[in-house]
Amino acid sequence: MSKTSHTKITMPSTEKKGQIIEIRAIAQHDMETGFRYGDDGKVIPRDIIHLFSCSYNGVEVFKADLYPGMGANPLIVFTTIATETGTLEFKWAGDNGYEAIDQSSITVS
Amino acid sequence: MKIWLLIAFALSIVSCGAFASSDSPSKERQSSYEFMTLENKAMQDDPNLNPAMFWVMDGQSLWNFKSGQNNVACASCHGESGKTMRGVATQFPKIMNGKLQTLEGQINQCRVGRQNAPALAYESKDLLALTAFIAGQSKGLPITVHETSENKADLKQGRQWFYERMGQLNLSCAQCHEDRAGLKLGGSLIPQGHPTAYPIYRLEWQTLGSLQRRLRNCMSGVRAKQFEYGSPEMAQLELFLMWRSRGMPLESPGVRP
Repeated sequence: MSKTSHTKITMPSTEKKGQIIEIRAIAQHDMETGFRYGDDGKVIPRDIIHLFSCSYNGVEVFKADLYPGMGANPLIVFTTIATETGTLEFKWAGDNGYEAIDQSSITVS
Repeated sequence: MKIWLLIAFALSIVSCGAFASSDSPSKERQSSYEFMTLENKAMQDDPNLNPAMFWVMDGQSLWNFKSGQNNVACASCHGESGKTMRGVATQFPKIMNGKLQTLEGQINQCRVGRQNAPALAYESKDLLALTAFIAGQSKGLPITVHETSENKADLKQGRQWFYERMGQLNLSCAQCHEDRAGLKLGGSLIPQGHPTAYPIYRLEWQTLGSLQRRLRNCMSGVRAKQFEYGSPEMAQLELFLMWRSRGMPLESPGVRP
């Protein structure tokens, strides 16, 4: 897996203050478990994303630990409350220096 | 009395076996999309949820990337827009310069012939990405593979592969995907076998895969010797399957469980 990859965020771009918003974050990643064997009989080393976090204007609102049992290209769906206009930053970190960052902004009225 | 029962039983088996449906099945043709759960349908339909879109994005960058000794990109001849290949995937497999080519085969033909670069391996990320990028442009268009004087012989051979029993289990494609389509194999529903969504993101595979990978799956399932990737036999079988699905809309890149 390369050091970074494509990611996609789905969330509303505008919302009323106090409303619950649903956020979907998907990252391209093989999530190699470390339990599989290659054609040569050797273990394919583990290569997974192990941390996902989302911060809303610098405040962490969601965080998840990921494990080898999770499928490839993990999709994470979570909710938060629209408190103020600003930017949500999404970060994925994984084995072998993997890192991906994505951003999405929201206007709260 | 017993003997008569036995004979009647034997006859009923024979008549079941003889009930080989025709090429144009009497029951309505259905994409296996119809059998999927709402979640999986949503995953295919929403580009923000469909993991195959990552391959489409990779394919787009590869499309514009100059490679090979001739230092040309796909886009150098075919244009950059990402729309110029609209409708192309609906015509494959197709006779190109006298040879039956699958979409993957034609991509490699271009790579070797035009870019002077080594052919991409089947099921490699790059080949799947390019295939997904090209096929995705035909999403929603009907499959337009027809019988022509050129492809007649290959189509006939492809039909034979479909109806011929193979492997230690001695089963043909048709026995499951025509005669028993809609019934269950273990816990799974047997689809009619219309290749309308390839390359597919198969949840079981955890990755994108080609029609040939799927066909090899079935061949290993009936314990037959698998056709090689990129072989003429594969192309003929693909041709027959696409002809059998003619008129059905292409869903590429699809999601399947």
